[in-house]
Amino acid sequence: MTFQMAIASSDSRATQTRTLCLLLLVATSLAAPFFIYPLFLTKILCFVLFASALNLVLGYAGLLSLGHAAFFGGAAYVAAHSAKVWGFPFELAILTAVSFATLLGLVFGFLAIRLHGIYFAMVTLALAQMIYFLAVQMPLTGGEDGITAVPSGKLLGLIDLSNSLAMYYVVLLFVAFGMFMIWRTVHSPFGHVLAAIKENEVRATSLGLQPSRYRLIAFTLSAALSGLAGALKAIAFQVASLLDVTWHMSGEVVLMTLIGGMGTLIGPAIGATFVVALEHYLSTSGLPISFIIGVIFMLCVMLFRKGIYGELREWYLRRLVRET
Amino acid sequence: MIEIFGIPVAVLGGQILLGLINGSFYALLSLGLAIIFGMLNVINFAHGAFYMLGGFATWILFTYFGIGYWPGLLFAPFVAGSIGALMERLLLRRLYNVDHLYSLLFTFGAALALEGLFRHHFGSAGKPYPLPGELSGGYNLGFMFLPLYRAWVIIIALLVCFGTWFAIERTRLGAYLRAATENPSLVQAFGINVPLLLTLTYAFCVGLAGFTGALAAPIYQVSPGMGANLIIIVFAVVVIGGMGSILGTILTGLSLGVIEALTKVFFPTASAITVFIIMILVLMLRPTGLFGRER
Amino acid sequence: MGSEVKPVQLEVFDLHAWYGESHILHGMSLTVRRGEIVTLLGRNGAGKTTTMRAIMGILRKREGTIRYEGGDLIPLPPHKVARLGIGYVPEERGIFSSLTVEENLLLPPVIGPGGMTIEEIYDLFPNLAGRGRTPGTRLSGGEQQMLSIARILRTGANFILLDEPTEGLAPVIVDQIAASLRILKERGFTILLVEQNLHFASAIADRHYVVEQGCVVDEVANHALAENMDRLNSYLSV
Repeated sequence: MTFQMAIASSDSRATQTRTLCLLLLVATSLAAPFFIYPLFLTKILCFVLFASALNLVLGYAGLLSLGHAAFFGGAAYVAAHSAKVWGFPFELAILTAVSFATLLGLVFGFLAIRLHGIYFAMVTLALAQMIYFLAVQMPLTGGEDGITAVPSGKLLGLIDLSNSLAMYYVVLLFVAFGMFMIWRTVHSPFGHVLAAIKENEVRATSLGLQPSRYRLIAFTLSAALSGLAGALKAIAFQVASLLDVTWHMSGEVVLMTLIGGMGTLIGPAIGATFVVALEHYLSTSGLPISFIIGVIFMLCVMLFRKGIYGELREWYLRRLVRET
Repeated sequence: MIEIFGIPVAVLGGQILLGLINGSFYALLSLGLAIIFGMLNVINFAHGAFYMLGGFATWILFTYFGIGYWPGLLFAPFVAGSIGALMERLLLRRLYNVDHLYSLLFTFGAALALEGLFRHHFGSAGKPYPLPGELSGGYNLGFMFLPLYRAWVIIIALLVCFGTWFAIERTRLGAYLRAATENPSLVQAFGINVPLLLTLTYAFCVGLAGFTGALAAPIYQVSPGMGANLIIIVFAVVVIGGMGSILGTILTGLSLGVIEALTKVFFPTASAITVFIIMILVLMLRPTGLFGRER
Repeated sequence: MGSEVKPVQLEVFDLHAWYGESHILHGMSLTVRRGEIVTLLGRNGAGKTTTMRAIMGILRKREGTIRYEGGDLIPLPPHKVARLGIGYVPEERGIFSSLTVEENLLLPPVIGPGGMTIEEIYDLFPNLAGRGRTPGTRLSGGEQQMLSIARILRTGANFILLDEPTEGLAPVIVDQIAASLRILKERGFTILLVEQNLHFASAIADRHYVVEQGCVVDEVANHALAENMDRLNSYLSV
């Protein structure tokens, strides 16, 4: 039995498995805060969204962006500032932050989108570093200290968000919405065109498509969702700091996507969970975090390029082929 | 006191000097980056880490073995080059056949790992490195004071840059390199051991970075993070210069160092992002860079 | 016509080769004796260039036997194959744009004795003389082809893989190249030639192999060409 036949015949079984997994996921995410510290889970959620947003350009559009921290951290600052200094209510702060991230994404994208592969990566990195330097120097951002004591406010004026359990469920809602948007985008005609462009840009162009335009849209959407993740994180943890805009952060989110599985929907979520949990564990152990993350990065690139989910899926499919 | 645009000449002179130093560092580092990218198609994110390795090699040599600056200047590129050669031969080489994304991510991980290791072991604080006796002091030029070490750094950096240019453009070995950049399999079919050539090229380029780190030690101190933020500016320098010509890369590095320094005098708050703003302007007008060629 | 049979210099037996998943060579077999000029004839896509690249070691995914002067070539990387005395003139000529004509000429290192001197090369290809400082790719197609052959002659290689030297060239240039190849044959070079131009091949070669779908389907001695013309044309027609 060939690979393709294995995939086809397992389709109905796969859909069943997938639906089961989805239900399991929903149940777990609803019940989790009663077993694990809600604030920790909220952090995981934010990075799940961030990594999934990056995956939209990295895994699906085939663009390596090394500057996504600019959207994440930048939106964090905007959300924090608008909530604390301008007194925006929760929803408005989030909206303002996401708008900022979208606009920034459009600008970065416009400058970089016609460049290819390596050049694109370098330019996004440099642009994000510019944001970092601005964040260091501008009084608005509080420099080395960042913005602290951000009020979490109330959702719709009713639900008090300083309650970490309530905050968790609100963030869960937003993240679920974000993931839904990504899922819809990938499986839409737009998403199919994007996949075609990624696979063979020359052929796509000869068919009359304009790759730059599609990539720009994907990039901007990715920036917007990254901004959503950053804004949520700022409000949930009531702080926005320089750590959110460093190139370390940009690199880490790429690692999350890579470790989990680029170009799959669930991969980045797995990767994000893995990395956040690992860092949490390492931070209390006295071991050098950067060093270990760096080594994991190198190991992953050399040996596990498909990521956790990717390798698992391949192993599962190979088993199917062998079974018959 | 003479003033130009309201700035005392001494201050201006001192800033331009600093700009030339930074510029020569930019030139040395972007040269290595550009060659590695041209020949191996790898964005060597670890370049900053090798710069840091060179600085630390020379500091360790002095602090633990009492061996001074001049041997250090040879030791640093040797250490950086050897580690680079090992890394290329054993690990990086396996990624040439896969998407170039992965070699970038690999070197990124290597940079994180090296930086993290050194930070864990040596702490984040900068470690001072003394000026070599022969190069301390300076000349009074009348309108400003010229520290001897700074003059030395600029001169040796320029010598090394132009030496590299000469080696690549005017020698047989350089011809092998240029040909291998265009068509590596054909060059190998002529009897030239191209894989070995790639390893040596990588080792040489990161050795250049290590050498720069040793040069920087007495000026900027030695710290695990010394390469990290610098390397991103160097990336921007490479994007601005384009990767089409060696001389172009050198010139771009030098000029940007000077421009950045002058900006610090006239628009201090914007100085850190000068290079990035120039990069944005260049990208809008000439996407392949000032001296770039369509690849 | 000597009665002694010259020794076999290159032997290819049951060679299979792949580009990725594509199985291109299906049991390719041929021999070339010292001092011969042997052609591989065939349509586009028959596997002639692939055979060259497989012999040279540029194409790595191979199974079968390739023996050069008794030694197995398959485990060797391309630069070691070259150093055994095999020179490669690729179909695309491979003149480097970032090198001058002189640098292009001097690029392949001398790998053995008996290579031609620069003067001898300029005698053979007068078009190249005096163009030393020109960037390589500024030469015309014919001149680039001459340069591509010339640089191999300096190295001391005596077995030359020559891939479609006359493609796209004017008849005058083609004649020049034919003349130079005849001189090379007199000097004892062995040449394995890929050609689609039957007229050119018949002017210089001793034997012809017909390649179709990755293996040899026929072999014709040059003196027997006339009788077999119809059969050959059916192999080569599109």
